[in-house]
Amino acid sequence: MARARDESSPLFAGNAAGTLRLIIYLALAMVLMVLDQRNGWLWRLRSAASAVVEPVYRLAGLPAASVHTLSVAFADRQHLTSENQRLREDLLLANAKLNRMAAVAAQNQHLKELLDTQHSLGLNVQLARVIGVDLGAYRYRLTLNMGSRDGVRSGQPVIDAHGVMGQVIEVLPHTAVVMLITDPSHAIPVTIARTGLRTVAYGSRDGDELSLPNLPLAADIRVGDKLLTSGIGGRFPPGFPVGRIDNVAPAATGMFQVALARPAADIDRSTDVLLLHDQAEPEGPPAPASPAGPSTSLGPAPAATLVSPPGKPPADDGVRR
Amino acid sequence: MNRQRLSQWWFVGTLAAALLSMLVPLPGVLEPFKPYWPALVLLYWSLESEDQVSLGLAFGVGLCADLLNGALLGEQALRLCALTFIALRFRSRLRFFPMWQQALAVLALLLNDRILLLIVRMLAGASLPPASWWISPFVGAALWPFLFLLLDDLRARLRIQ
Repeated sequence: MARARDESSPLFAGNAAGTLRLIIYLALAMVLMVLDQRNGWLWRLRSAASAVVEPVYRLAGLPAASVHTLSVAFADRQHLTSENQRLREDLLLANAKLNRMAAVAAQNQHLKELLDTQHSLGLNVQLARVIGVDLGAYRYRLTLNMGSRDGVRSGQPVIDAHGVMGQVIEVLPHTAVVMLITDPSHAIPVTIARTGLRTVAYGSRDGDELSLPNLPLAADIRVGDKLLTSGIGGRFPPGFPVGRIDNVAPAATGMFQVALARPAADIDRSTDVLLLHDQAEPEGPPAPASPAGPSTSLGPAPAATLVSPPGKPPADDGVRR
Repeated sequence: MNRQRLSQWWFVGTLAAALLSMLVPLPGVLEPFKPYWPALVLLYWSLESEDQVSLGLAFGVGLCADLLNGALLGEQALRLCALTFIALRFRSRLRFFPMWQQALAVLALLLNDRILLLIVRMLAGASLPPASWWISPFVGAALWPFLFLLLDDLRARLRIQ
C-alpha cells in the first residue's frame, strides 16, 4: 500500500488528460467494432492468433470435461449396472436394425444403380467432439475439436444421432465453430414429412425452439408433424430429421399460421457430433415425398418394427413403404 | 527485485485467470448467474494498486477477451475502458467505503456495463436478451466482498512470504 503511494498518482494530476484518453480509447474501440462488423476482421485475427487461442479453449474446456469424468468415476454401481443393461439392449436393437438396414441399403444401392443416380446411401461423415467453451452471453454456438487441418470447411452440416444440429460457420486450424439451427439468425429449408409441404424453419429468440412463421392458413399442419430437411439451397442434404411441431397458432396479422417446433437433435446435451462431407449439390428442389418416405419409416419407430421382423423377410417392408 | 517480479506475475496471473474463467461454461441452469470476471478483477486492481492499472491496460485486456470470446472486436475493450475510467475516477472514495457500500457501487458499475453491452448489441442488430440476462451483475456484486477479501488475503500472504 505504501509502495503505491510513493509512485506518482495521476488521479489528481490530470483529470482532463484522463478524460481525453478515455475518449480516445472509446473512439478506438468503436472504430474497431464498426470495422469488424463490416469486414469480419475478428475472425481473421483469430485464425492468425489460433496458436494462442486454441490452447486457451482446451484449458477452459477442462473443468467441464473433468466434471464429466468425475461423474463417471463416482456414479454408483447400481446406476452403472442399469446403464450397462440398457446399453446392451440398445446394442442388440441397433445390431438388429443394422442388419435390416444393410439389406435395405444393398437393395437401395441396386435400385439406385438401376436408376443411374449418383447419390449413395452411405454417408461420408467425420466424428467430432464438442469442447465446452462458453462463447458469449447467447448460447447458440458450439465449438468442435476439429478444424481445417482435419478437413473441416465452412458450411458443413453438423448432425447428431437424432437430427440436424447446425452448420459450421468458422474454421480455425484445430477448432471449428458451429451455428445451431436454433440461432435466431439461422434458417433451414424443411419439408413437413406427412404432407410434403416445403417451408423454412428459423431459430427462435429463446434459443431452444424453431419457428415456422410463414405457413399458409390453408396448410395442413398438426402438432406432432415431423420436419425433415428438404435439400433446397444445397446446404443441407435432404431427408434428415430437423424437429417436431409442438404448437400451431394463427399469426397476429391473421394472414399466416405460425408453428413452433422442438429440434430433433439433442442440441444442448450432445458431446459427440457428426460432420457431413459430400454436401448435396445445389440442384433444383427434389420431389417432395420420395426422400421423406424411407427415412421416416426407418428412423423414428425402430421399437415397433423391430419386434416383428424375425418372421418376415426384412427387406420387403422397407421398400414397399 | 524478486518480490516486485512476483507481484507483477501475480497481477498478470489474476487477469489471465479472469479471462479463462470467463470462458469456462457452466451447466445451463447456472449460466445466467455467471459474473463478468474480467471486470471484477480489473476493478479490484484499479482500487488496490492504481499505478498498475491504466486505461490502456483495460483496453488491452478487453481486446484479449474479445479475441477469445469472438463476439465483436472492441466490444469488451470499450466496456472495460469505461468501467476502469469510472473506477479510477472515484477510486479514493470507493476505497474507503464500507464493504456493503462498495458492493453496491460495484453493482452500479456492472449494471452500467450491461447497459453499454446492450447498446452495442442493439446497434449491431442483435435481438433483445431474455430477462435472466440481468441477473449476472447482481451475482457479481454479491461475490465482490468475497473476491476482494480473497485477493487481498492472497496478496498479503505473497508479500509476507
